Amino acid sequence: MSTTRRIENALLTLLTLVGAAIWFFPLYWAGVTSLRTEDRVVSADAGLLPDQFNLSSISDALFNTRMLTWYWNSVGTSLILTVIVIVSGMMCAYAISQMRFPGRRLLYGIVLASFMIPAQALVVSQFILMFQMGLINTWAGIILPQLIVPVVIIVYKQFFDSVPKEMREAVLLDGGGEYALLFRVYLPLNWGITTALAIVTFIGAWNSFFWPFLVVTTEAKMTIPVGITQVSDAFGVYYARLMSVALLGAMPVAVAYLLFQRRVTEAVMISSGVKG
Amino acid sequence: MARPNKTLRRNLIALSLVAPFTLTFLLVFAWPTFKVIQLSLTDAPLIGDGTWVGLQNYRELLDDRIFWVALKNNGYFLVLTIVPTTVLALLIALAVNRLRGWMQPFILAIFFLPYILPVSVVTLVWQWMLDFQFGVLQPMIEAIFGKRTAVFRDPTWVMPVIALVTIWWTNGFNVLLFLAGLRNIPTELYEAAALDGATPRQRFWRVTWPLLWPVTALVLTLQLILQLKLFDQVYLLSQGGPFNTSQVLLLLVYNEAFQQNNGGYASAIAMVLFVIILVVSVMQFQLLRIGRHR
Repeated sequence: MSTTRRIENALLTLLTLVGAAIWFFPLYWAGVTSLRTEDRVVSADAGLLPDQFNLSSISDALFNTRMLTWYWNSVGTSLILTVIVIVSGMMCAYAISQMRFPGRRLLYGIVLASFMIPAQALVVSQFILMFQMGLINTWAGIILPQLIVPVVIIVYKQFFDSVPKEMREAVLLDGGGEYALLFRVYLPLNWGITTALAIVTFIGAWNSFFWPFLVVTTEAKMTIPVGITQVSDAFGVYYARLMSVALLGAMPVAVAYLLFQRRVTEAVMISSGVKG
Repeated sequence: MARPNKTLRRNLIALSLVAPFTLTFLLVFAWPTFKVIQLSLTDAPLIGDGTWVGLQNYRELLDDRIFWVALKNNGYFLVLTIVPTTVLALLIALAVNRLRGWMQPFILAIFFLPYILPVSVVTLVWQWMLDFQFGVLQPMIEAIFGKRTAVFRDPTWVMPVIALVTIWWTNGFNVLLFLAGLRNIPTELYEAAALDGATPRQRFWRVTWPLLWPVTALVLTLQLILQLKLFDQVYLLSQGGPFNTSQVLLLLVYNEAFQQNNGGYASAIAMVLFVIILVVSVMQFQLLRIGRHR
């Protein structure tokens, strides 16, 4: 490699690192702020470097707000939602992919069409429906309208379509039924895609804001993304505490992402169709 | 020919498999879609009955200045986000793709991390950074523009800054899509191009760019649909202000339905958004299908 090429390469890498540093700065700054005392946060001579290690704001945020309740609501609703979406989506995709029954094409057409319907435009009537069912301020009210995730069915169908037909016939000859086929053959064969879809669905559910914000009005039922917006009213402009709340809110999913980075990355690629 | 009761049995099993999704779909998607159309033709409050008013709500919409402002702002936001985020994501993906060893996953993680944060975490952090009095970015704003600015209360600044925050938050997703696209390009093509003496620039425009075009189309159209649904960041950062300079359609739906208690009128606005997104989605579907068949 020539010298100019090598210098060019080094410069490009340096540029990338500077870009990444700028991109990371907001989170870095939130971290530095959350570890300072409130006085230090607003003092003019506090520089950009971390200079204090004060955990009082963090413990304040964790124990003097309803943070723990919101964690519980977020974990509960996101987990239930993910399980229902994955299992019902898998069953539906299996029938569409492997069985012949009247209305099959129509159903798949509906799935594709619901991909194009913006749920956000339905919130008024969905809210009225939840009100009539008495589900305002409940987990069920948060979960129900978010259960339609057509991409799960579309991706599962693609993967089920490519399972060799011989396996199916072998099991059917042995007297196994469709449910046995799905849960003993098709599901184990597609564990990878199942985890991928579960990860994407869970992250989406955990972060969803608009619908939980509408359907929940009492702090005791709020999820993390909605709950932490209440804290600024309660705390006023105490930025060390606000940043602690923000980072605590970000923590579970951020840590999970950093631990399973490769999986999450692949999951996002698969579910958006750029990787098979 | 299968025996009739065997066919019946198979249909029942199929029915039991598709029932959970289908029933949920009918309850929380199909029925509300029907209801929102019906509501938009009444003067109903959010909770309670209204009377049929025909197309009255839609006629009112045409004379509603705020509605047009919101529509225009939605368009402005698309201009501010779609192309910039696509170009930026492509550049970052190219930069990350050429890194080797531990650096690649590490740098990718930094660019992707904001995407998995809840929107309210993102807005809290940026509100702090842009705080008028103590914000860490204010000295920079002062140095460039001559004075500190409360950006979320300034008619000129509010939309561009919300766009900036949105790009920071969601760009990682686009980076991933481009990265997947780059990895799908066979290395033999680059080797062949290098043998033919192609310069790096030629390699990009003759090999990378054409082969990446399907992903670019996907990113552009996905962003188009996503950014039309803008609500969260605007509600949390500016509430549509100042003087409606960041008012957008979904926020208007929220205000009319949940603040002003005008369920019917809000539904009419929602229908406009519904139709816009549906049209864009159908176009996307056709576009991507054509791309795949080629």
